[in-house]
Amino acid sequence: MPAHTLIRLWWTQPQKLNQYNQIQIRVFGVKKNRKSKIKKMAHIQVPEGVPGIRSLAMFRPETGKPLYDLAQVLLRGESPLTEAERELIAAYVSSLNNCMYCMSSHAAAARCLFGDEKNIVDEVLQDMNQSHVSDKMKALLHIAGRVQVLGKEVTEQDITAARNYGASDRELHDTVLIAATFCMFNRYVDGLASFTPTDTTTYEEMGKRMAEKGYVPPSGEL
Amino acid sequence: MTIVNRKLKIVNQKMAHIKLPEGLPGIRGPMAFRPETAKPLNELAEVLLRDDNNSLTRGERELIATYVSSLNDCFFCQNAHGGIAQHYLQCDIAFIDGVKKDFQSAIISEKMKTLLAIAASVQQSGKNVTTEQIEDARKQGATDLEIHDTVLIAAAFCMFNRYIDGLGTTAPADRNYYINRGKQRAEEGYIDFDLYK
Repeated sequence: MPAHTLIRLWWTQPQKLNQYNQIQIRVFGVKKNRKSKIKKMAHIQVPEGVPGIRSLAMFRPETGKPLYDLAQVLLRGESPLTEAERELIAAYVSSLNNCMYCMSSHAAAARCLFGDEKNIVDEVLQDMNQSHVSDKMKALLHIAGRVQVLGKEVTEQDITAARNYGASDRELHDTVLIAATFCMFNRYVDGLASFTPTDTTTYEEMGKRMAEKGYVPPSGEL
Repeated sequence: MTIVNRKLKIVNQKMAHIKLPEGLPGIRGPMAFRPETAKPLNELAEVLLRDDNNSLTRGERELIATYVSSLNDCFFCQNAHGGIAQHYLQCDIAFIDGVKKDFQSAIISEKMKTLLAIAASVQQSGKNVTTEQIEDARKQGATDLEIHDTVLIAAAFCMFNRYIDGLGTTAPADRNYYINRGKQRAEEGYIDFDLYK
């Protein structure tokens, strides 16, 4: 198994998420790295115990509103791509950006929306090229991966490949904008070091809520 | 204006990757293509960059947007927002270029330097922002809200830049085009403006 696949596998194990600071201690004079018991604090004073973007939208509702509106129209609005496919693009880009919170929550939402075919989500996160998604979806995920690096990385060949599998202008547009948007959300959530839960059940519940209710800005209640 | 547009040299001579309405450079093409997503995108830009209920000036916020767009090598965004920053800051293009090239030696406040350093980390990855960078900004008087807005402006331009370059949109090559439009965008704002003007 290639090294990058192993790393990806490791990153996608939610029980291995790390919310603790690495600290250095001395054991009989030998320096050792240990996890501190102190939870890593966000860089700014956001409501405690509220995870990820939710805490940031509560800190600044004025920007939270358009951000949630954008997620709602992009991931739940009218589109030739299914909601499940769009959540999959979001989870895939978030995994490329190593954003645990966004990757885990959108992967959970995608699993809910894919229903019986939920295994596809973990296949894509582990190795997109070997996964059982359609050829069109593979071509679109490939474009999303290019956008994650930089907009200019998308080539005409990438676009032609997707078109040959039947991708429309709207599907290409939505793929590029979802990928770009998660390059924002991932940086926003991690750039302010917002709280990232570590247990899988939290994300399962979150994913269920996202699949059923969509993206509604927090009202101020926890 | 559309007649003038046709005479302008265009940076990207190729067609955009998808069929966009004609005569609209940069982000205006995708915005006309999909108004449903343009709405929250414009609302985000308006509150982040133009809302006066903010302790960072409009000029400072546009400068962060310009700097991040230059790091992402996005010609349209760095010039469009550079032109708006130039209008607010009443400076020349050499000053904007100086900030893009080396903000540490530019004549900007020490606080702005610490905020631009945070923005540069965000451009790489959210995880690159360090506790030390946050502490440095606080020492120069930056508030939580200013740090928040700096991170979100930087993150938002990592989106805008990818959106317009990822779709292969075109942009006028003449940098004066953007300087001339800076004043117009500053006055009209980011919502409810005519895409074709």
